[in-house]
Amino acid sequence: MAVPAIEAEKSPHVSDEIRKTTCYMCACRCGINVHLRKGENGQPKIRYIEGNRDHPINKGVLCAKGSAGIMQHYSPARLSKPLKRVGERGEGKFEEIEWDEALAIAGKWLGDVRASDPKKLAFFTGRDQSQSFTGWWAQQFGTPNFAAHGGFCSVNMAAGGIYTFGGAFWEFGAPDWEKSEFFMIFGVAEDHDSNPIKMGLSRMKARGKKIVGVNPVRTGYNAIADEWVAITPGTDGLFVLAIVHELLKAGKIDLDYLIRYTNAPWLVIDDPDADDHGLFARDKDGNALVLDRKTGKAVAYNKKGVKSHLKGEVKLGRLGRGKRRAVPSFELLARKYLSEEYAPENVSETTGIPVNQIKRLAAEIAEAAFEKEVVVHQPWTDMKGEKHDKMIGRPVAFHAMRGISAHSNGFQTCRSIHLLQILLGSIDSPGGFRFKPPYPRPIAGQPKPHGGNKPNEPLSGPHLGFLRSPQEMLINEDGSPQRIDKAFSWEAPMSSHGLMHMVISNAHARDPYGIDVLFMYMANMSWNSSMNSVGVMKMLTDKDEDGEYIIPKIIYSDAYSSEMVAFADLILPDTTYLERHDAISMLDRPISEPEAMCDAIRWPVIEPDRDVRGFQTTLINLGSLLKLPGMTNEDGTAKYKDYADYITNHQRKPGIGPLAGWRGKDGSKTGRGEPNPDQIQRYIENGGFSETHVPKEALYFKHANMAWQNWAVEMGLQDAPVENVFQLYLEPLRQFQLCAEGKAKPEPPESHKQRILQCFDPLPSWYEPFEGTAIDTKEFPYHALTQRPAAMYHSWGSQNAWLRQIHGSNPMYIPSEICDEAGLEDGDWAWIISHHGRIKVPVARMGAVNNKTMWTWNAIGKRKGAWSLSPGAPESTKGFLLNHIINELLPPKGDGLRWSNSDPITGQAAWFDLRVRVEKAEADEELSLPQYDEQKNPVDRKTETLSYGKEWTK
Amino acid sequence: MTLLPETTQKKLGLVIDLDVCVGCHACVVNCKEWNTGGYGAPLSDVEPYGDNPSGAWLNRIHTFEITPADAPAQIVHFPKSCLHCEDAPCVTVCPTGASYKRSEDGIVLVEEDKCIGCGLCAWACPYGAREMDPVENVMKKCTLCVDRIYNDNLLEIDRTPACVKTCPANARHFGDFADPNSAVSIMTLERGGYDLMPEMDTKPVNKYLPPRPKANPATAASESKQLAPAFAPKAGEGLLGWIDRALEKLG
Repeated sequence: MAVPAIEAEKSPHVSDEIRKTTCYMCACRCGINVHLRKGENGQPKIRYIEGNRDHPINKGVLCAKGSAGIMQHYSPARLSKPLKRVGERGEGKFEEIEWDEALAIAGKWLGDVRASDPKKLAFFTGRDQSQSFTGWWAQQFGTPNFAAHGGFCSVNMAAGGIYTFGGAFWEFGAPDWEKSEFFMIFGVAEDHDSNPIKMGLSRMKARGKKIVGVNPVRTGYNAIADEWVAITPGTDGLFVLAIVHELLKAGKIDLDYLIRYTNAPWLVIDDPDADDHGLFARDKDGNALVLDRKTGKAVAYNKKGVKSHLKGEVKLGRLGRGKRRAVPSFELLARKYLSEEYAPENVSETTGIPVNQIKRLAAEIAEAAFEKEVVVHQPWTDMKGEKHDKMIGRPVAFHAMRGISAHSNGFQTCRSIHLLQILLGSIDSPGGFRFKPPYPRPIAGQPKPHGGNKPNEPLSGPHLGFLRSPQEMLINEDGSPQRIDKAFSWEAPMSSHGLMHMVISNAHARDPYGIDVLFMYMANMSWNSSMNSVGVMKMLTDKDEDGEYIIPKIIYSDAYSSEMVAFADLILPDTTYLERHDAISMLDRPISEPEAMCDAIRWPVIEPDRDVRGFQTTLINLGSLLKLPGMTNEDGTAKYKDYADYITNHQRKPGIGPLAGWRGKDGSKTGRGEPNPDQIQRYIENGGFSETHVPKEALYFKHANMAWQNWAVEMGLQDAPVENVFQLYLEPLRQFQLCAEGKAKPEPPESHKQRILQCFDPLPSWYEPFEGTAIDTKEFPYHALTQRPAAMYHSWGSQNAWLRQIHGSNPMYIPSEICDEAGLEDGDWAWIISHHGRIKVPVARMGAVNNKTMWTWNAIGKRKGAWSLSPGAPESTKGFLLNHIINELLPPKGDGLRWSNSDPITGQAAWFDLRVRVEKAEADEELSLPQYDEQKNPVDRKTETLSYGKEWTK
Repeated sequence: MTLLPETTQKKLGLVIDLDVCVGCHACVVNCKEWNTGGYGAPLSDVEPYGDNPSGAWLNRIHTFEITPADAPAQIVHFPKSCLHCEDAPCVTVCPTGASYKRSEDGIVLVEEDKCIGCGLCAWACPYGAREMDPVENVMKKCTLCVDRIYNDNLLEIDRTPACVKTCPANARHFGDFADPNSAVSIMTLERGGYDLMPEMDTKPVNKYLPPRPKANPATAASESKQLAPAFAPKAGEGLLGWIDRALEKLG
């Protein structure tokens, strides 16, 4: 036979049209090109989704999730019409209704609550990317009970960063991938910013720079890191403070940076019996004092020409002759971390990290920061007016995410990492961590939390914010919480993102009060988005002695037939991400990169073929039905037709709206400007995003950079320059301690005092995660945690025909040593037992994991029948959730109280504190346990074979 | 029995960089979505929402754990698709001439009209790089996106395989190995790129770049790199004395 010579067609037709929008297959928000091609029925059908090369986030690349968007869009689990419950709650019996009826029911329920007792509405929006709108809506409604999912996601990260230096990892900053010499990544498994991190790691590698992965599990990014730190969960703070110890001992810190940009020189009052012991000494204008090296006197930190000291003692009072003394906070800091408690030799056992490794990494960090300094020859002027002829960088970058966040010591651990960054002088210096616009935004530029509960009146400000002192907590006179989730109360005073994971449990316990309507969006609370999922399902269906549901009315909006759908009374079906308008807004969590202010839209690149509406449009419609302020004209008519109308025309304050690009009547203005009726069209023409570059002299040291401040004001990111002194010593924490010491008001309940004294250390500290201290660690010797796979974003990925072939079930990966001890082999089944319950799971042995830690993929397990999967789907028969063995409460301590399983400062859900033991399961049926009744689906199941794109192939 | 060309003008193929592949599956899924509507029959999925979902894919990632004797265990992500071998046994075994290697660029393709679904080629391939489509019953394999790389309907910059364009970690590179000056040839030379299973004598065109060596946690800092104390903690001066001296230097 001859060599075949067959001519394949060189230039086949690709697509009829490309529409550019923003991905929503995870929280990364990449730009995508959606190729449309005529399908069998003659209508446009999605041929291909690829990354948008011009887009600031992904620059043309696209991950597995994004590429599987076709299967998400055409998922059989899509809801198709509003639904009203007809059976018992949880049975999944619904009837289809028209939108008019659905809105009338919701309007009646919500209107009654608003007119009588607005707090009886709990409105919580899960993985919402429109919080600046949904929060504003709740504010106009007047309920104090609003938050999104930050409280169980990463509030420790956000609050730890913003309180410390006015920024945070991920959305509000990024490593300087192009200039860094050394990069350390903590607790990140494909979480958020996934494409930029992969691109960045690759750039670091191409430049031959070192990457260190700190993670109990050596997969993903940690698999390619040059060095792995096999840390024991919950001990990262101790590891970081040991590095701080080493650096301080060697004098490898940037004193000039500390004096210029931080409160290290600020004087702390040392007067143990006084009511202000441990607070900053201030002048009569409230300015913190420092010790002037030239004069030896205490003067205002911002006095011109002051040479601040970092050590020493000063007498306070008139002419410095008083009895009271004060010392620079740096001296307290140095004394604390130089203590042998933080010596590598003394943290090695707890952290599971060899002494040599800690010492060597500290030396490598010091070498990168101080021997390899990066200089950018760009003159700039600081906010004091001092001119600098160049930008000197300390090229050590860090990134951290949920592995730090999801512990009860996460806030302090996050602050510890920032302490390390700041001691090195690497925050927003070349090669370090860089702010992304609109950040930096320190506490002074952040809103305070607002409560309130007046019938038919809006709240006076946004729900969520950053309190400056204990006096700003949202508590009643008797100390009880104002909010249903107990945010900003003694349970979690600095809970800037709320505590979504406590809402159902508190509402069910009617503690602090019962509610009437639970209104949720895209939050799978009856399954993977709650701790104690089984308990939550019961809470949602429990009735009181009168036979009424304890949570009387549940409205839920989702695009898909998720586990939560079964528990709703009224379902408002949402669109897919390709059928909707959205604003990825500067008012919320934009998509900026360090060198550009960027925001983006979604728009209907394909029309819905079902009777569904974008949730935000439904909210707009409900808002006008309820005649909410801001959504209603003076004559009572609706102010906005739909969400697109709101995006275009809403002004949060004059000239500032949801989108920053193409403002002004003719689209010529950026940031500030009147609404432009063609704004969305201009975004569409530009590929779905806007990008405005930061001026060169403002590219670094933004926290102290005059050019940045001026530009940020011009762009409407802030209204005036905001001073940003990094808060190594965090005074509000000390204020809480004074409250607990009985020296300040409000006074916490007796039961909370000890915990506040222990955990609210004004200097970053480490304490053992709570669950481990509340159980017998001999009984539960191991840690168990989850991480998100790269190819799946929480529960909704399982309906995806392609992604579920990659992650259709999840084994428990157990260290070989533990397997040997428990007699486990690959493919065996085991019981994983916590203080709260037990689950039966398939086992896979693994070596590349911390030897006290087992782990599995997050949110693969599904309730039987949910998401339109067959009842025997591997997600249900082999897949499992750790959630079943995590309680939202800590084990009883015998004090008659049940403590929330959360960070005591921020309320962040402490998922990763979980402690377990493992036992080999009897060799019977290969079925993960627990199992639940099959969930009835309001949508049909598809059983036929899939040959996607057959009409275009030949 | 189908003949291979004696030589090919170009040797198009991929370099896969195992040092940066994080195993994210971006290449796997983007390949599937491009090719299910592209060259040849769709890549079908059986029981897509059922008990045993499975389908045809042209590229898969295999994850291995390796356990060095003196260092912690590590994970290697290994993407694998057709390697477009010069001595491709999948071609020579084909009874109908459906499986062939192109003389112009070396791409190994299946002419699906001639494929009888006998599966011999999949048996012959030592890499397991071919998959029978479960519905169409024709053999599917990586085409190097032959419908992209010459396609005038795409921008020139996009005329590259879908897996290469989409890879977030830049772990995949496409080019001509017949040209010693091509980026892929240079990269292979400089980074010690290697053949997968050379003992099979298939002369694969695709190359793999090995991961660079990892640091061992037990290693101490070399003497010259250890952090020297800036002060003697217990001998009088302490940190505070050091601060005095350091601040003097700052002026």
